[in-house]
Amino acid sequence: MSAGRGKSLLYDPKLRSIFFQALFGVALIWLLYTGFTNLFENYYGKFTSDKTFGGIMDSPAGIAILTTFGTWLFEYSSTDSSNWTAFMVGIANTLIVAFIGIIIATVWGFLLGVFRLSKNFVLRSFATVYIETLRNLPLLLQIFFWIIIFRLFSGGLKEKDAVVFVDGALYYNADGLRAPFFDWLEGGHIVFWALIVAIFSAFAISRWARERQASTGQQFPAFWVGLLTLIAVPTIAFFIAGKPLSIEYPTVITEGSILKRGAFESGHGMFVATEMIALTLALAMYTAAFIAEIVRAGINSVANGQSEAAGALGISNSVALRKVILPQAMRVVIPPLTSQYLNLTKNSSLAAAIGFPEVVALFGGTILNQTGRAVEIIMLVIMVYLTISLLTSAFMNWFNNRMKLEER
Amino acid sequence: MKKTLFLASAAAVALTAGIANAGTLEDVQGKGKLACGVSQGLPGFSAATEAGVYEGLDVDFCRAVAAAVLGDGQAVEFTPLSAKDRFTALSSGEIDVLARNTTWTISRDTDLGISFVGVTYYDGQGMMVPADLGVSSALELDGAVICTNTGTTTELNITDYFNQHGMSFELVAIENSDEVVAAYDSGRCNVFTTDRSGVAAERLKLADPDAHIVLPEIISKEPLGPSVRNDDDQWMKINRWVLNALLEAEEFGITAANIDEMLASENPSVQRILGVGENDLGAPMGLSADWAYKAIKAVGNYGEIYERNVGPSTPLKLERGVNALWSNGGLQYAAPIR
Repeated sequence: MSAGRGKSLLYDPKLRSIFFQALFGVALIWLLYTGFTNLFENYYGKFTSDKTFGGIMDSPAGIAILTTFGTWLFEYSSTDSSNWTAFMVGIANTLIVAFIGIIIATVWGFLLGVFRLSKNFVLRSFATVYIETLRNLPLLLQIFFWIIIFRLFSGGLKEKDAVVFVDGALYYNADGLRAPFFDWLEGGHIVFWALIVAIFSAFAISRWARERQASTGQQFPAFWVGLLTLIAVPTIAFFIAGKPLSIEYPTVITEGSILKRGAFESGHGMFVATEMIALTLALAMYTAAFIAEIVRAGINSVANGQSEAAGALGISNSVALRKVILPQAMRVVIPPLTSQYLNLTKNSSLAAAIGFPEVVALFGGTILNQTGRAVEIIMLVIMVYLTISLLTSAFMNWFNNRMKLEER
Repeated sequence: MKKTLFLASAAAVALTAGIANAGTLEDVQGKGKLACGVSQGLPGFSAATEAGVYEGLDVDFCRAVAAAVLGDGQAVEFTPLSAKDRFTALSSGEIDVLARNTTWTISRDTDLGISFVGVTYYDGQGMMVPADLGVSSALELDGAVICTNTGTTTELNITDYFNQHGMSFELVAIENSDEVVAAYDSGRCNVFTTDRSGVAAERLKLADPDAHIVLPEIISKEPLGPSVRNDDDQWMKINRWVLNALLEAEEFGITAANIDEMLASENPSVQRILGVGENDLGAPMGLSADWAYKAIKAVGNYGEIYERNVGPSTPLKLERGVNALWSNGGLQYAAPIR
């Protein structure tokens, strides 16, 4: 039509948009095609050996890995463990750092968030300074800060260099923290089942108390009774089963090579490497500053009238915070909290800088270099992070749905 | 319009990345610059000075190649690479030659899509310990905590060595080499290990270098050499023969200073190296007849490069040892240029 009026087809908006979309489509396909042919010719074409990626992964890794949660869990050995095992070690280390980091960051972040709104000047200013400082410094710098702090405590690997917290049981040395290791003996499962029973009872008690309060208005100290159940039932079971627990204390070697004499025996007692402590603390302290701000925003989002109303009903400040303010604040807090958990997990990959063998440093670094299979290995690392992130999100979404305002 | 332009250029980049692999020589001549991958700072081998100028044994090799190919030893673009990024950088075409104190091994030479061109430095893995530890041999290191870099043969060698001798050990592998030294210096480890030349270089970075000793054992063979992509024979041969020319030059006494007088030399070997008269050994490689002349003029012969960067008069204080010419009892033996 427009062409009929003497205007060129070039100015027909419909035709033009179809043309550019088609061009975009062609260019995209071309880009993908070139990318993949490049990959196959320049990457796979270069490998002259006919070993498949699976075959390479099954062969021994042949490298030593720092003693950490992962190496203990999978009993990693530098002589016969495969590259797959090394991969698992990396994943386990990422997960443990993320898990412990998230717990510390959450508890500390909630406290800081409440402090920041506190009427107490000291608490309020401390929280403000802490949050503003840690939030505004790069995380990598903070990781180095923590590792340097830990290095100041002890500059040696022998018992004489250690910082002694509890003589015979708790030491800190340049390589890490040593503590007793608890191992269940025969009959340990009785205590385990007792704990399960106690957890269910505690839930039942709190439910019963809530229903009773709803129908009769009478209160019941459900929290304390529940806590008592959680402690008492497993303890009684522990004694009935005949104390099925062995405690392994850190021991000092008295003979052997120059380096061994006076050092702690490895594989005896619990050992947490300095790198693990520094990384977990750095991640938790950093993320806590963000969580504190989220909690503050959540609490501020609850209308003032709510705490005033609670006060008018004679509810004490701490109960009002626990029962009135926080439950409503949680609805605002949970969605951004999920992002912080994901950030913490992903930030754990900065461990490469200090030598903690998590999945990026160990698998995406050392193993990648030894095998040369960059594309497959990076893909696997991406998949690990994607899986962890999606699972975390799924859990937090479920939790969010539970905490959501019930609209009637 | 912007979108299409972007796509077109992205596609063009993807396409040129495919082309770049063949005809590296034309590629380098087209760019007017040689892209050379070096370390992130290893004194003596490749490190930037305060003025930002790269210096070192590996750096000089790249300058020699640039001089032979482009006629200008300064026409080099240096890319600092970590141990784990280096091979990907080379095989993906980001750099044209990798001169990054890299050990020549069969798996690297045959399975990573790269080829080694020769040996610029015969090294071996060494260990450093604090002097007050009271250890004088690596065999006394049972129960050691060892600091090293990730992604190197060092990690494999040390694991093999300790397992072979039935000694227990703990390995702390850190990516950045400065951080490895810092960890060792703080007492986190009682052994620092890397190539012997690297140990000598890193020892200088310690708070008190004299409080640390290098153990006599060399636990591995580490022939360090430059490498190129394995799909371009011509380019590999250019690199190989530049290295041979630097060694031959030392053998025949050609230095950066006397090279112009040497042009008048009666010795047919010298005439062949320098491309004097009818001699044109550069043409089959796609280079000019005076390719070796330009390379030697730019950086000097192998002996000069060694003395300038790592020799006894430098802070590294490394004797020639096995890196002396074969005629002086060493291992450096170049195939003849004829």
